[in-house]
Amino acid sequence: MADIKVTINGKNVTGKTGQTILELAKENKIKIPHLCNDRRIKPVGACRMCLVDVEGQRNPVTACTFEITPDMVIQTDTDEIRQLRKTVLELLFYEHRGSCATCDANGDCKLQRYAYDYQISEDVIKAAETAQPKENYSTGSEAIEYDSNKCIRCGRCVRICEEVQMANALTFKGRASNVEVSTAFDIALIDSTCVICGQCISACPTGALYEKYSKGKGQTKELKKVRTTCPYCGVGCQMDLNVNTTTKKIVRVTSEKSCVPNDGNLCVKGRFGFHYVHSDKRLTKPLIKENGQFREAEWDEAIALVGKRLKEIRDKYGPDSIAFLSSCRCTNEENYLMQKIARTAGGTNNIDQCATTCHAPTVAGLASSFGSGAMTNSIDEVKDVQTFFIIGSNPTEAHPIIGLEMKKALAKGAKLVVCDPRKTWVAKHADVHIQHKPGTDNMLTNAMMNYIIENDFHAKEFVANRCEDFEQFRENLKDYTIEKAAKECGVDADLIRKAAEMYAKGTPSSIFYTLGITEHTCGTENVQNLANLAMLCGQIGKPSSGVNPLRGQNNVQGGCDMGAIYSVLPGYQKVADPVVREKFEKAWDIKFPTNIGGRVTDFIEQAGDGILRGFYCLGEDPVLSEPNQAKVIESLKKLEFIICQEIFMSETAKLADVVLPATSWAEKNGTFTNSERRVQRIRKAVDAPGQAKPDWQITCLISTAMGYPMSYNNASEVFDEMASLTPSYGGISFDRIDKIGLQWPCPDPDHPGTGYLHKDKFVRGKGLFHKIKFRHPAETTDEDYPLILSTGRTLYNYNIGNMTQKSKPIRQKQSRNFIEMHFSDAEKLGVKKGDKVNVRTRRGDITVEAVIGDKVRPGALWMPFHFIDQPTNKLTNDAFDNITRTAEYKVCAAAVKKA
Amino acid sequence: MAYKPELDIDISLVEAILDRIEQARQVSSSPEVADAHQGRVSSSPQVADARRVGGAAGGKVSGDDLIPILQEIQEAYGYLPRPVLDRVSERTGIPASRMYGVITFYDQFYLEPHGKHNVRCCRGTACHVSGGKKVINSVKSALGIEDGETTGDMLFSMETVTCLGACALSPVMVVDNTYHGRMSARRAEQVLQQLKVEEG
Repeated sequence: MADIKVTINGKNVTGKTGQTILELAKENKIKIPHLCNDRRIKPVGACRMCLVDVEGQRNPVTACTFEITPDMVIQTDTDEIRQLRKTVLELLFYEHRGSCATCDANGDCKLQRYAYDYQISEDVIKAAETAQPKENYSTGSEAIEYDSNKCIRCGRCVRICEEVQMANALTFKGRASNVEVSTAFDIALIDSTCVICGQCISACPTGALYEKYSKGKGQTKELKKVRTTCPYCGVGCQMDLNVNTTTKKIVRVTSEKSCVPNDGNLCVKGRFGFHYVHSDKRLTKPLIKENGQFREAEWDEAIALVGKRLKEIRDKYGPDSIAFLSSCRCTNEENYLMQKIARTAGGTNNIDQCATTCHAPTVAGLASSFGSGAMTNSIDEVKDVQTFFIIGSNPTEAHPIIGLEMKKALAKGAKLVVCDPRKTWVAKHADVHIQHKPGTDNMLTNAMMNYIIENDFHAKEFVANRCEDFEQFRENLKDYTIEKAAKECGVDADLIRKAAEMYAKGTPSSIFYTLGITEHTCGTENVQNLANLAMLCGQIGKPSSGVNPLRGQNNVQGGCDMGAIYSVLPGYQKVADPVVREKFEKAWDIKFPTNIGGRVTDFIEQAGDGILRGFYCLGEDPVLSEPNQAKVIESLKKLEFIICQEIFMSETAKLADVVLPATSWAEKNGTFTNSERRVQRIRKAVDAPGQAKPDWQITCLISTAMGYPMSYNNASEVFDEMASLTPSYGGISFDRIDKIGLQWPCPDPDHPGTGYLHKDKFVRGKGLFHKIKFRHPAETTDEDYPLILSTGRTLYNYNIGNMTQKSKPIRQKQSRNFIEMHFSDAEKLGVKKGDKVNVRTRRGDITVEAVIGDKVRPGALWMPFHFIDQPTNKLTNDAFDNITRTAEYKVCAAAVKKA
Repeated sequence: MAYKPELDIDISLVEAILDRIEQARQVSSSPEVADAHQGRVSSSPQVADARRVGGAAGGKVSGDDLIPILQEIQEAYGYLPRPVLDRVSERTGIPASRMYGVITFYDQFYLEPHGKHNVRCCRGTACHVSGGKKVINSVKSALGIEDGETTGDMLFSMETVTCLGACALSPVMVVDNTYHGRMSARRAEQVLQQLKVEEG
């Protein structure tokens, strides 16, 4: 891209080939008004507000579509141009019939701004026809409302829905002065292909589209924007909480275009999922259980009781009789302190967090192959991937903003290989979709790699120079022929060949996976095999090329990084390493144990066996999130003492002896680390309800009460202590990430952070090939349980639904559990669409609604796990990965009958 | 085995239409033809665009074919039934929303069942000055319906249009595909009467 010199309003500026006048002007802070342009969508030059004079052009040109050429002379603000714009505005006002006085966008409306800037004639401004919007496609939606009176037909909503979101819910309807925005056949938005991302709202330059629940809750001048990080998935979108300074409530969530990593894009959960913060079900006072009933207590009493009981149990039964469960929903600072309290006041390595439930096999598997268990590339690199290999991942639902980056790549012509038992969005748009049987991933990858080697598609130089243990790995593959895999996986052999060749030859290719890989009894092996595949083809250690686990929770990367793991300290420094231990023992001024601790799934078993006596649970709800619910409850009930820190009364908290009210993410400061290893700030936007305290403060109080004093003035101090002990975080501080987060490794204060890992050399030195044998899932089908059930996440809800289900827009879309089944199975069982069915496994049964189609393959079932009153984990199998003790949520044998 | 939702309407007609257009597409997208077509290659923006909306490029039906598809469907069914359009969307990847935008833009497309005979009267400038309004009123009273309506027996629909491109014959009325020029109120009534007789 060559430099191009042009003149704008007499000023010399330099741009790049392909840049438009508007883009260059914006870069140089020269304001050109525009209404139909949004950097996220293709410019169309429809509104005619950005007209500028270009020397040599007969007529004014639209700055948004006109590309710069060398020595171009541009005038953006002549009298003639101003007059033209004024006329355009006056024409727009003939159609615009809104009143600014009652409009939520008052103060944040481009039309209003320009009307003022250009001092348009008062008599073109018509009075509002009606105060309420006319009935239209949005009528009845709890999320989005459209007021055609205020619509200027710029088409930004239609185009962002089509080009960026690819939901294709919206269209222009009619012709000439009758044009309005609508859905196909004017069906209600809720019944259309709309995914309630609200991107249309974010694109609207006027107040024609707005969040329904925000109407009348505050205009721009009363709102304060607080920049923070989304509390849902691992993408880590930057968002602004718009807080009404009078009512002290969050009114809406917005995001600024050009922010990293989401460029102003948000999904349904990010934009519409914040209502839980102001829920009246929030915990506001400490609760102590007496005679089976909770009573309210003061902090002093509750903390003293917790300190005393934990100390008693520790001293009576030994330190390993207490377990600490940290939470990846919480901040890095809180996770750091949880592992610190476990190892200091607790004297145990019994510390875990929810990664065991999801991505622990990633941390273990990739660390053993490459030396670092994290996403190798950046979100920004996704759009430049040429061949995607997506396995066991549903990015457009579980990581919607990474999904958008994938859509960008597809629009540029990227190839797509998807391996998934379900027809997800990416599967439907794939060049090759391998709809394999759940639990046959290693058979599939082994056969692919065998085929790649047989056909000499592999990267011999990369393998020879940068990897080790290739020969024994290669020897193992010989048993795995394509035909054998096709039979075992239940797919066409040619599809496997095609997938292998496409991945091997991609320039570049990149692997993306999620819990479809990890939540198996062979989860770690699945991960190691994907690492094998990447190394074999040399598709790693480059921009847009590597092995990319998409992390499920806002801070699951950080929770692991902080050492809330039984065997490692912050930054994956091994507990067993005496040099590491000495460093921490000096900093913390205490000796801590060398034996490795347990994981959450061990905690539950040990509780059942009477080995564990005390349980400190931070923001987790294992009763709903762990497999085989009945057994979990039975085990937890045997504990002598449970303390929970929670924002709501969770199912686990109900079993607790003390429940302490914590602040939500909107009420505290700290950091989250997203899936691409980017450490980002969260900021306090509103006050906590009642006496709720930030989790890190509560942990400090408990530690002090247990006899190990902890005290920090703020979250930043906690972070600094952690960074001083953690080389990969060493160069990061709150100040440095105030505007944009940094990606670890970032070892010193001048280091710019690391976009992609394993360039030139793997973190562990040489990449290690693992010999992986295919193993069957723990449970297989039989006559009584003939179907295979997998569980997973939907777009609209999040984990146990405790947060998302407090949002009306989300509840309207999805509030009840369901089961997806193939129409051929449904026919055999006499089940019709919408019927209630009873789903039974060897551990329990629940009754849910049947959704029938071809999204799952014949013989397969799929259910989400977001619904407290219909808990899917009554059904799931408590069989675990042999290395990380992650449960096999993706495969259990089940039976379905009409209820 | 593809999943087919239950429909009240015979969708074999639309399947045949799509089959035919798909075949035509495959021929026209052979490498030679494609190259000849202004040097378009498979990574062209048009192809990427077709893929973006969900219809795979390269020989498959795309958004470019939408208007001919809609016209053929209307020819076959008499109007554009929604289940049929949903099927088109499913098979071609053309979003239903885009179809709706096109359908509502053009007067020629109907989303509701239409009369067997379609009467279009011109209210363009030339027809207007030569008495088109009288013709329109005469048709309305002969059929007992207003502009854009269909008779209860589903025999006739009438609509007014802005120009039929036959100003020299003004005032003009088109019944089905037959042009009737230099109309008067009486002659228009006679034309309709004749049709009514034929229909019994």
